[in-house]
Amino acid sequence: MSLRLQAQSLACERDDRWLFRGLDLDIRAGEIVRVEGPNGSGKTTLLKILSGQLADYEGELFWDERPMRKARDAFLASLLYLGHAPGVKAALTPLENLAWYQALAGQAGGESARFRALEEVGLAGFEDVPAGQLSAGQQRRVALARLVLAPRPLWVLDEPFTAIDRDGVAALERRLVEHARRGGCVLVTTHHELTPCAELRRIRLGGGGADAGI
Amino acid sequence: MPASEGSLREGVAAVHEEPRGGLAVAVWATLKRDLVMLLRRRSEVLNPLVFFALVITLFPIGISPDPALLAAIAPGLLWVAALLAALLSLDSLFRADYDDGSLEQLLLTPQPLALLALAKVAVHWLLTGLPLALMAPVLGIMLALPAGSYLVLAISLALGSASLSLIGAIGAALTVGLSRGGVLLSLLVLPLYIPVLIFGAGAVQAAILGDGVLAHLAILGALLALALIFAPLAIAASLRISING
Amino acid sequence: MWAFINKLRSPKWFYAISARLQPWFWAAALILIVTGSVWGLAFAPADYQQGNSFRIIYVHVPAAFLAQSIFVSLAVTGLVYMVWKIKIADMAATVMAPLGAAMTFVALFSGAVWGVPTWGTWWMWDARLTSMLILLFLYLGVIALRGAFASRDSASRAASVLAMVGVINIPIIKYSVDWWYTLHQPATFTVTGRAAMPMEMWLPLLIMVLGFYSFFIALTLMRTRSEILRREASKRWVRELAEETT
Repeated sequence: MSLRLQAQSLACERDDRWLFRGLDLDIRAGEIVRVEGPNGSGKTTLLKILSGQLADYEGELFWDERPMRKARDAFLASLLYLGHAPGVKAALTPLENLAWYQALAGQAGGESARFRALEEVGLAGFEDVPAGQLSAGQQRRVALARLVLAPRPLWVLDEPFTAIDRDGVAALERRLVEHARRGGCVLVTTHHELTPCAELRRIRLGGGGADAGI
Repeated sequence: MPASEGSLREGVAAVHEEPRGGLAVAVWATLKRDLVMLLRRRSEVLNPLVFFALVITLFPIGISPDPALLAAIAPGLLWVAALLAALLSLDSLFRADYDDGSLEQLLLTPQPLALLALAKVAVHWLLTGLPLALMAPVLGIMLALPAGSYLVLAISLALGSASLSLIGAIGAALTVGLSRGGVLLSLLVLPLYIPVLIFGAGAVQAAILGDGVLAHLAILGALLALALIFAPLAIAASLRISING
Repeated sequence: MWAFINKLRSPKWFYAISARLQPWFWAAALILIVTGSVWGLAFAPADYQQGNSFRIIYVHVPAAFLAQSIFVSLAVTGLVYMVWKIKIADMAATVMAPLGAAMTFVALFSGAVWGVPTWGTWWMWDARLTSMLILLFLYLGVIALRGAFASRDSASRAASVLAMVGVINIPIIKYSVDWWYTLHQPATFTVTGRAAMPMEMWLPLLIMVLGFYSFFIALTLMRTRSEILRREASKRWVRELAEETT
């Protein structure tokens, strides 16, 4: 599997306003792609389109050189998306939250994997506390534990650094780089300035897509 | 990190190999998750039941305590009150998932969204419709419901409330993205409830009159079958709209 | 077929073609409604049972027909919008929904007025009137849902889904209400739908129905045109059009 996400002349119009148009993308294994742009420039919308949530776009998407419509199942099986909201249930414990995500991904069981993932994100000792009692940063960490839990090659992360302390930010940054070096691929929006590295690429949105592109 | 590039690929391959088994696991996990969550917040389960009892209490006070009069209107009253109680709890069906981002994740699983949504609706029925159906005979006694119709009341409510949950979930899915969707939800859903109400209350009425109730229950079953076929698709489509609202 | 669908994608094309069609429908509506009214109200024979009060069917029945047809049109345009993403379909749906609600109201109101001489009361839980009332609620739901969304694209989709769900339910509602009615009030007098109506009575009715349909099409074309201008106000062809006319 080659791991390649392409977009050809991608355009998105919301309520008669072009968020971006004529966007060509070619994202391959081993890359961290940061989507940049001012507020309201369509960063989240672009991530939603590229993660297959929004079908409301013009242009073509390809996954592994197959049109997205045909490759959708394979694409979703390779994708891990974390949105603005962490997707963590307050009434459930971190362990139970992760168990549901494992089951959704079609992987049953793996209690030890869940413990290990929580430990990895610094939540050892909080496994059985209802997530509602955790702080916002800790809840975000529960969501980030999914990065460790499920081996998905494509990560699409919308503002993953929100509410996380400085150590957590550094650890997450390391994790992104490591993922890219191992042949994975990361698509990220953030207001946090990422440390420059060989894997990092930028996409700028804004200005109606006039200067969009790579 | 323990995973290497090799295990990354293997994990993906494993997901590819078991899509069907994966579906059953995912649906079961969603069922279990929602059940556990609701059982941890019991008040949310109890509220519709208390509401049901309260509304039924209002009628003798508002109209008349005369048993003959109450007996005549009891089937309709019980059904309308149960329907409103079920409606009351619908607004929260997808709202928590919408607010905390789980709904987005639900949309992104490789499993069909319609079936996962169906699991959530099933939980709603198990913890709202079914308890209402079991409770209705007790309230029937208070309304002097004639003997012989109690079982039919419970069965018709159990069957009918499943349809109500399914139809109502379409409205809940359409309004989940709106900050004040509650009243709108009722406006969208109540007209669609009318056939279920007619045949549900009709079944109880028929039982009192001694007519055959099977025809009514069969029609309620047919409505449920129709709702089972169409509603999950409409719910899935509506959720996809709401998530982008 | 495909060429036609592709043409429909262009609001500009629709704007031009509807300008040519519109006068014909207005003319047809005027002629048919005037003919039908004069014939129906002045020349058609009085009903042997209801006397002159039956003449209200010349408004009631066409309005009821339209009320139902417009809801079906809402579902069809909703489907077209969802499947082919044709914006014209959604614009038409936007302007048709209030029109349908108004027609439903006219049918309900004329039914109530009719009730005074026939039943001696303004409201009876007659099967047709009850179905019509539920239809009014369905319309209000579609209109309210469309108004509730901040994003117009989402509002359009949500309203389309609701219209489709409603159209599947309308026959079920109608059937169950009819059934409910016969159960509770067997063999009462129903005001419409009797088998034999002399030709002098139903011919003007037919003309009125056709007139109402023409009126509906003309009005929808007109309002869709203004909806096009409003939504496409920032497009070049609309701006050029505005410069030409001023």
